[in-house]
Amino acid sequence: MASLDDLKKRITSVKSTQKITKAMKMVAAAKLRKAQESAEKGRPYSDKMHNIILNLSKNINDKENAPKLLAGSGKDNVHLCVVMTSDRGLCGGFNSNITKKAKSYFKKILDSGKELKIVTVGSKGFDQLKRAYKEHIIENISFKESKNVNYFDADKVGKMIIEKFEKGEFDVCTIFFNKFKNVITQIPQEQQIIPLKSEKSDDKNDVMNYEFEPEEDEILNNLLPKNISTQIFKAMLENSASEQGSRMSAMDNATRNAGEMVEKLTIEYNRSRQAAITKELIEIISGAESL
Amino acid sequence: MSDSFNLEIVNPEKLFLSLDNVSEVVVPAFEGDMGILKDHISIISFLKPGIVKVFKGNEVKELYVEDGIIEFSENSLSILTSRIIDIKEIKKDDLSSMINEANEVLKDENLDDQKRFIANQKIDVLNRLN
Repeated sequence: MASLDDLKKRITSVKSTQKITKAMKMVAAAKLRKAQESAEKGRPYSDKMHNIILNLSKNINDKENAPKLLAGSGKDNVHLCVVMTSDRGLCGGFNSNITKKAKSYFKKILDSGKELKIVTVGSKGFDQLKRAYKEHIIENISFKESKNVNYFDADKVGKMIIEKFEKGEFDVCTIFFNKFKNVITQIPQEQQIIPLKSEKSDDKNDVMNYEFEPEEDEILNNLLPKNISTQIFKAMLENSASEQGSRMSAMDNATRNAGEMVEKLTIEYNRSRQAAITKELIEIISGAESL
Repeated sequence: MSDSFNLEIVNPEKLFLSLDNVSEVVVPAFEGDMGILKDHISIISFLKPGIVKVFKGNEVKELYVEDGIIEFSENSLSILTSRIIDIKEIKKDDLSSMINEANEVLKDENLDDQKRFIANQKIDVLNRLN
């Protein structure tokens, strides 16, 4: 059995850990609210963008000459995966969930004999993937310096992806991120952004007769790169809300576990102190009796 | 008011501006400025750097946009842009840093014509504001 002193030390150490996790939980809760707000505020832009693209692509008659970003390069040999994770740890299963999802996708691609290229956004994803997939990772981007998610960061990633696509470095691009459902649930998502997957909703009400100025193709050529950045921005917003939510619940659990541990240790401490007192008493009494 | 329509300006971060009863909006469309009044035909177009003018009642609001897409349908106009600033709130420092940014872009020799045009246009507009 550990000595009284050791127990005391352990109790203090667990208590100070608890203080840290509690503080982290509070910080995460405050940040979560902000992240959630900006995720909601960002929605109109991406929704509108999506609608316009839908309208435009329905108006394109000549499918074969459609912009490559929409139709793809016609091949499907090289896959680019953009894995978006956080830059900081201590957020429960947040990063592992994304990488797990991504890894199963990687496996599928490699098994079917296709080439795989990986871009990681956020240093935690890079750390988790570099051991198994080092030779596939072509780029690692991290935005540790920017405090909040902003569009210009997303735009940088988007432009880089488009540049690589135009050089013919890959045929299909998929992004991985966590979709924020609520504080306890975040759903890892994979979303194909190049070529753009047209959704199945064929609502006839959506199709309107628009006038285009300049031509449809030209607008699409201008719009599609922006859409990529927008999608990435959306993923980043969702990700940051998820990260904070995940961290909050992880820290909440940690605080609770620390509380339980302190309780258990305190009982053990009291018991052994009582045992020591009893032992001393017995010694005194038996000493007195022997006289 | 019967001669008015709705206007929504969104940037990636948030809904920047939402106005009812707008009587006219002039946007710097890619092929020239375009004034939009009520019952304009449904149109999708994209913008070059320039000034968006919003007329509401007797007020005129002027906003600098860097790029964007406009969509007009059923008397509601949406402008999607990645950077938009109210001219009244624009600062001298920001202006010069934006001009420098555009000049940086122009230094690239492999720039295609469209991008060069956009950067030149941007400098033009910003200098006028300065």
